[in-house]
Amino acid sequence: MLTFILRRLLYSIPVLIAASFMIFVFVAKSSDPLSFLRMQPRVDQQTVQRIIEREHLDESVFVRYGYWAKDAVTDRFGTTLLGDRPIWPDLVRVMGNTAQLVIAAELLAVLFAVFIGVYSAVRQYSAFDYSFTTLSFLGLATPVFWLALMLQVLVVTVFLEYDIRIFYISNLSSVNPDNFLLDRIQHLALPVLVLTVASVAQYSRYMRAAMLEVINSDYVRTARAKGLSERSVIMKHAFRNALIPLTTVVALNLGTVLGGAVVTETVFSLDGMGLYFINNLVEGDPYPVMAWLMVTAVMIVFFNLVADIVYGFLDPRVRYD
Amino acid sequence: MTELRKGEEQRSSETVEAGGTAEHLDQRGHAHHLAPHEEVDQVTTAVPSDPMAFVGGSGEGDLALVYESGVELKARSQWSYAARRFARHKLAMGGAIGMFFIALVAIFADRVAPYPYDTLDFNALRVPPTTEGQHYFGTDLLGRDFFSRVVYGLRTSLWVALLITGLTTMIGVAIGATAGYFGGLIDNLLMRFTDLILTLPTLAVLLVASIYLGQGDPFRVALILAALFWTGIARIVRGTFLSLREKEFVEAAKASGAGDARIIIRHMLPNAVGPIIVSATLIVAAAILVEAALSFLGFGIQPPTPALGVLIDEGRNEGLKFWWMVTFPGLVIVFIALCINFIGDGLRDALDPTQRRVRD
Repeated sequence: MLTFILRRLLYSIPVLIAASFMIFVFVAKSSDPLSFLRMQPRVDQQTVQRIIEREHLDESVFVRYGYWAKDAVTDRFGTTLLGDRPIWPDLVRVMGNTAQLVIAAELLAVLFAVFIGVYSAVRQYSAFDYSFTTLSFLGLATPVFWLALMLQVLVVTVFLEYDIRIFYISNLSSVNPDNFLLDRIQHLALPVLVLTVASVAQYSRYMRAAMLEVINSDYVRTARAKGLSERSVIMKHAFRNALIPLTTVVALNLGTVLGGAVVTETVFSLDGMGLYFINNLVEGDPYPVMAWLMVTAVMIVFFNLVADIVYGFLDPRVRYD
Repeated sequence: MTELRKGEEQRSSETVEAGGTAEHLDQRGHAHHLAPHEEVDQVTTAVPSDPMAFVGGSGEGDLALVYESGVELKARSQWSYAARRFARHKLAMGGAIGMFFIALVAIFADRVAPYPYDTLDFNALRVPPTTEGQHYFGTDLLGRDFFSRVVYGLRTSLWVALLITGLTTMIGVAIGATAGYFGGLIDNLLMRFTDLILTLPTLAVLLVASIYLGQGDPFRVALILAALFWTGIARIVRGTFLSLREKEFVEAAKASGAGDARIIIRHMLPNAVGPIIVSATLIVAAAILVEAALSFLGFGIQPPTPALGVLIDEGRNEGLKFWWMVTFPGLVIVFIALCINFIGDGLRDALDPTQRRVRD
């Protein structure tokens, strides 16, 4: 087990280095972050020259990658290219905000999905099963950003027509709210709802499939045959094993989503990882973009590993070699 | 690998005359005793001429059954079985009809749309949906007929999605086939590269790529998306090829002196067509959704080219007060994605019974 984890971690290091180099070359080679600065009439040539020297922009891309890697390791990703602003504090802030959004959404999604999946499987081909199958198909076909916008349209229309404001459609909190928690919930409710819907559509299908497979397996028939109550068969014997595939899917998904729900955060102007990435990308500053990509890639690698470990823990038949 | 090659060289000298047909014997050998006599009402050839007939199926029970008594049953190729299975899938047929309709609208966009997509009309600014003046979806802030814009946007989005799917399939098949056929070091390198791509956050890489490679041109957008989408198909093709590589008909083809390219294209690829079609279909839906998101974020197709994501973004910039500008393009996206997912499900059941997602 320990060797498995160690081997996976060691193996991910060259992958991360290769990925970072690829993207660094990509970002550094084909853009000039100073073009915006050069167009400013108030910025003189000396300032631009100072930035070029400070950031070693006149060196080859390999040397620049070396400087970047040194900063990333020794100085927590260093500072932004344009404003000389430390990157790490910003990243920590947006990570915290994204975590609130994503963890709330994923918890809700797992709860709903497990209930829907199990109930659909136990009552296969019932009206409940059919309606939620249809809904999940709809959910999978709906673009996340459009769902978010439609909710915003609804809220805006209600506000304009009746002057009722229950939810906010942008930002994380108001200025000086009376009740911080309530205010935060009013702000986060819609984005959480959007992310939840997207995840439930996916997870409930997995849960239903897993539950169906378990219900039709031999050991469940044995449990029924020896006279256990249906409730005990489903809850004690079938349900727990059916949860195993879902844990993998959720763990894998968490890795990706914690990197920021780029679209959702953009639509709702939430100060999270996704919006941080987009804003810096538009400004053409390579260092925050690189920092974001590295943090996200590490999270994906980490949660892939977690998914494998948890799977082996829940299903002892899996052996690590 | 090298041992295998040696073995083949030896064998090739022994089986020269068997050569070209050895592969056919392997798959069709048991179908060759056609009974000569009898009261048959439907006489059909037992051996389908089309090599693709053996795609993705169990292989048994699909050929003409010629019993000792001489009763011959009608032979159906795998394709006709697949077509029947597909036709029985109600949702898939519904999806197929829906997509047929959508495709017609896209192809005949200039006849369907009552107005050109860029004609301004300052007497009809921001008109809500109405049958008056044929503004079924209303007009936008410049008085452009929104129904016509959606129709043309549909054409762009669908075209880009098909382009993405075509490119993705080509890249995926090429890489997967190379990895699966040659194995060894090549396989290892290509699969590590695939892992690398899967480690990267997809949407983020798409955004980086589109900002640095230039955006706006539908062909470029398609190329960027395809450069990230191919991993799924590559894995499927590689898996199929790894198992086919050791089969006798491949050995026979090698023994008869067929080159690598010929073996891959003529002998192995037809066996992987089923799964490839299924995943290509699902890629169309994914492509529509991702392209819309990309264009919506301003990194994909750029205005004034109307694409569904671009239209939604225009609606959003109007402050969400004109609900029709957000609603209709989105509904069209949902409809297309839904139809294609249904078709994909039906195709999966029809062509690729081993990969059914839900057993029911």
